[in-house]
Amino acid sequence: MNKVRFGHSVIPYLFLLPQILIVAVFFYLPAGEAVRSSFYLEDPFGFGSTFVGLDNYRDVLSNAEYRRVAIFTVWFTVLVAFFALAIALVLAVKADAVLRGAKSYRTLLMWVYAIAPPVAGLLGIMLFDQHVGPIVKMASWFGWNLRVGVNYHDTAFAMIVTAVWLQIAVNFIFFLSGLQSIPRSVREAARIDCRSGFRRFWTVTFPLLTPTAFFLVVINITYALFDTFGLIDLMTKNEPGNNPVTLVYKVFLDGFRGNDLGGSSAQSVILMAVVFVLTIVQFRFIERRVHYS
Amino acid sequence: MTDTATTLHTGAPDTPATGIRWGLLFDHAILIAGSLFMLLPVYLAFMTSTHEAVTIHIGGVQFLPGDRLAENYATVLFDGIGFAGAVNGTTMMVNSMILGFGFAIGKIVVAMMAAYAIVYFRFPLAELAFWAIFFTLLLPLEVRILPSYEIVQKMGLINTYTGLIVPLIASATATFFFRQFFKSVPDELIEAARIDGAGPLKFFRDILVPLSRTMIAAIFIIMFVYGWNQYLWPTLITTNEDYFTLVRGIKQIIQVWVGAQIPEYSQAMALAVLAMLPPVVVVVVFQSWFIKGLTESDK
Repeated sequence: MNKVRFGHSVIPYLFLLPQILIVAVFFYLPAGEAVRSSFYLEDPFGFGSTFVGLDNYRDVLSNAEYRRVAIFTVWFTVLVAFFALAIALVLAVKADAVLRGAKSYRTLLMWVYAIAPPVAGLLGIMLFDQHVGPIVKMASWFGWNLRVGVNYHDTAFAMIVTAVWLQIAVNFIFFLSGLQSIPRSVREAARIDCRSGFRRFWTVTFPLLTPTAFFLVVINITYALFDTFGLIDLMTKNEPGNNPVTLVYKVFLDGFRGNDLGGSSAQSVILMAVVFVLTIVQFRFIERRVHYS
Repeated sequence: MTDTATTLHTGAPDTPATGIRWGLLFDHAILIAGSLFMLLPVYLAFMTSTHEAVTIHIGGVQFLPGDRLAENYATVLFDGIGFAGAVNGTTMMVNSMILGFGFAIGKIVVAMMAAYAIVYFRFPLAELAFWAIFFTLLLPLEVRILPSYEIVQKMGLINTYTGLIVPLIASATATFFFRQFFKSVPDELIEAARIDGAGPLKFFRDILVPLSRTMIAAIFIIMFVYGWNQYLWPTLITTNEDYFTLVRGIKQIIQVWVGAQIPEYSQAMALAVLAMLPPVVVVVVFQSWFIKGLTESDK
């Protein structure tokens, strides 16, 4: 931070003003309000609110439904992150290895980045549709009666497949750029020292990729927790009843549909704590990544 | 994984093998399978969108092109397809463009100014401003969605482009990118500018902004795609169909899907294709900028 700087003037304040204003009104005000109302019980008819301390949190955490959603969220996140990372890693390693067609493969494997989660959800609905979906037809060849939207686990399966499909592109882009930043000299030395491609990958390439991988793990957890909202909203077809949903979706349901402002806010604050921890972890890894490279 | 081990071992010898290199073939096979996996859902959506709804209802998702391409897309673009039939694809496309461009431009302008102030000036409260801005990276919109909605509602910004766009700018991602970039700009430039008698405004306008062109382009692409693809916020803020974006309109389609006797599969897929097309084209055409921006700014 030893930058040469301009002296004192009114300019920096003017330049900061728009950002600070927007952040204050649309970030700090609502975030503060979420924390505040998590300690209050709102009258459903709008006649004021009562301070109830930690009651909302106690209610949320002791709620069986909330725990069920939390457990599903953990499974969903772990499976989506694992498969999206593993498939992307294999593809990136292969795309880095081939010479012919490398550019075309890169394009073919990264463009899905641009697709919105709800649009991916709509594609998922089509492919997993009871009557017209080809995946349901394929599953029936193996004697699997896939009933998305009816059977809880089948719906979860369809959501995870769709969410993984959507996330592979981002992971691929980062893994490929990580692989390509490994110096030629290191690769050549590794080639001489270690003839087995498989061993070379795990002993030389993968350790050099770990900073990218750690960074991506956090990105993928955040994706599975928050960015899949549209995908889930579509795939449950607006009828979450018996369908699996994640914690973020429940915040939305309880707040907007259930009108349980206090409970929804308490859930928001719990999620804020989770994101907070994740981001701290992420920044620490980024520091390490910069440090090593 | 053991398969990979053996094939890689035999397939990547230091001296080029005579005959077919099985390892290389295997690599290509995996890459082709991966590419097909990514492509197939969208291919099927497009093929399905060129058929009659009855064909799909009877025969399922279509693998080959039909003869209804023009009719289906014309219906989606020009006739009402919303809940009340009041909104068509063209209106939604325009709204998506407004959201994509408005968000990207707004974010870049606000972020560049803030980053410039933070990196190039020493002033009281600088530290506080820095932390206040970067703390917003910690909490995504989804976790503060309800109070955000209430504030926008109280300000009377429901069903306005301002209410749609401005609250989305309240996260410091782009500010963070520009800060990193400005910090990497050599100090000699500002010294030279000073010697030439250029003030802070002139330096910003004539040196820093032109210097950041590639960075601006990369962030513009990322932010345009991000804005175009917004779903939850537009769903809450726009209840008037005149303000629907394509991605937000997808939700309405589902009602049609669930309710109808013979669901309009082809129209739903045509709308999905329209919603995907612009961001995909932008990302593919400006690929190298976009990848550079994405991978370098997140460090």
